[in-house]
Amino acid sequence: MQIYLPIAEVSVNAFLLLGLGGIVGILSGMFGVGGGFLMTPLLFFIGIPPAVAVATEANQIVASSFSGVLAHFKRRTVDLKMGLVLLIGGLIGAAIGVQVFAILREMGQVDLLVKLCYVVFLGIIGGLMFFESLRAIRRSKRPSAVPERKKHGLVHALPFKMKFRTSGLYISVIPPIVVGLFVGVLAAIMGVGGGFIMVPAMIYVLGMPTKVVIGTSLFQIIFVTAFTTLLHATTNYTVDMALAVLLLVGGVIGAQIGTRIGVKLKAEQLRILLSIMVIAVCAKLALDLLIEPSELFSLGSGGHS
Amino acid sequence: MIRALAFLFCLVTMPLAAEEVVAGLSRDEVQITANFDGSDILIYGAVKRESPAASEPMEVIITVSGPEQAVNVRKKAWRFGIWVNASAVEVDEAPSFYAVASSGALRQVLTRTEDLRHSISIPRAIRSVGAPSTVANAAEFTEALIRIRTANNLYQQLDHSVKLYDQTLFSTTIDLPANLVEGPYDTRIFLVRGGIVVDDYETVINVNKVGLERWIYDLAHQQPLVYGLLSLFIAIAAGWMASAVFRYIRF
Repeated sequence: MQIYLPIAEVSVNAFLLLGLGGIVGILSGMFGVGGGFLMTPLLFFIGIPPAVAVATEANQIVASSFSGVLAHFKRRTVDLKMGLVLLIGGLIGAAIGVQVFAILREMGQVDLLVKLCYVVFLGIIGGLMFFESLRAIRRSKRPSAVPERKKHGLVHALPFKMKFRTSGLYISVIPPIVVGLFVGVLAAIMGVGGGFIMVPAMIYVLGMPTKVVIGTSLFQIIFVTAFTTLLHATTNYTVDMALAVLLLVGGVIGAQIGTRIGVKLKAEQLRILLSIMVIAVCAKLALDLLIEPSELFSLGSGGHS
Repeated sequence: MIRALAFLFCLVTMPLAAEEVVAGLSRDEVQITANFDGSDILIYGAVKRESPAASEPMEVIITVSGPEQAVNVRKKAWRFGIWVNASAVEVDEAPSFYAVASSGALRQVLTRTEDLRHSISIPRAIRSVGAPSTVANAAEFTEALIRIRTANNLYQQLDHSVKLYDQTLFSTTIDLPANLVEGPYDTRIFLVRGGIVVDDYETVINVNKVGLERWIYDLAHQQPLVYGLLSLFIAIAAGWMASAVFRYIRF
């Protein structure tokens, strides 16, 4: 069934959109990522104009994250206090990121920068996670090995300490705010929720338990993407409600299923799956940059953008 | 002598000028609804004559042109080991949709000068004024624009697709694709004899969003904040509903 999208001004298959929403929703629920880094390129591929894809995707992430976070609330796997601290950093970061984006746009080549950002960050994070979780799985198979002691590094030497009971942490608020800020900047530039950066940062930088990380990440993604959606709707008029509804119907159902699958899997397995997916998307984007495209020309809307 | 020649010339051309197009459309409005997936428009008409037709065969050319937009055409090049957008040319005015149907092969039916005067063929319908001096081969960019839009069915050259009966009646069908832009679509009909346009007729097909499509589009542009909040509300409500339903069925 073909459906005409009023803002994107293209006609697409409604079931295709529902299916895409569903698949990305499952991944979103499983890994606590918004799914934007997968969905946005997929939308480009089926012919949605990039500006509309990025803005509408932000709206859809709000829905799937909200659906996912409710399931996590029920399981008490959301660290609200940590979420709020991250959010403070995240919103400041997003505001800075939008400014940076505008400056880069003036200079041209913003597309290239976004793509390079994707390749570099997805590559680093995917690679690190993959090898770390491989090591973790190998360790768990040999129970005789002595577990590593928790390191007391820089993170524990900073002032303004706070107790995060759900995560079982007693650390300074500075690292979470910095992590939130950094992710906020990147999220605004790359047009995604930032979960795929946030999740590993919470595990490896803040040392939070994996089970809590996903719910907390979803919790703060809701607010960052809601902020982005409003910004896009009021400045660029590029949020397509019809597209968003189709994606999110699939997305919210997928997120519920994904959350339940995620609970059944082991933390190491979950991380290795996420890392493989991140590496795959990174490889695809890198190949696009490296291989000569069959069509050298591309069309953009007029005006000096 | 010259005056006499001019008079003779007038006499010869008189019967040609006396031919007139009378035309109709199967519809002069296209409504874009939620399940819009393209539309066919039948364009038909007849030639009105005061005197018998000239011996030279008559040809008919029909064009349909969507709203004009500026387009930025970018070209990728190999820089520092990766493919990046290296150069760009802004095409000032290019129709978002353009179809040119003719009763014969367009190249043979129409002379170049007449094409230039009436902007009939696809390259002539696109206007590109200022290519920056830094770009070496500016024509390449307009060619690329035509190539990409032709591949998307947005630019159509339909030779031999106008049916002509007894040098008098004609008809053709233009297939409008699903990804249409809103606005007036100028429709022109040209009568051509010996490569020269003898008469033309112009009308407009209006393409409009209606119903829910119209409402969403208007709200997004007139009340962006309300629209944004409504989008968020729908998202939150859908998320909550899915969660509630799944809890109820205890999956």
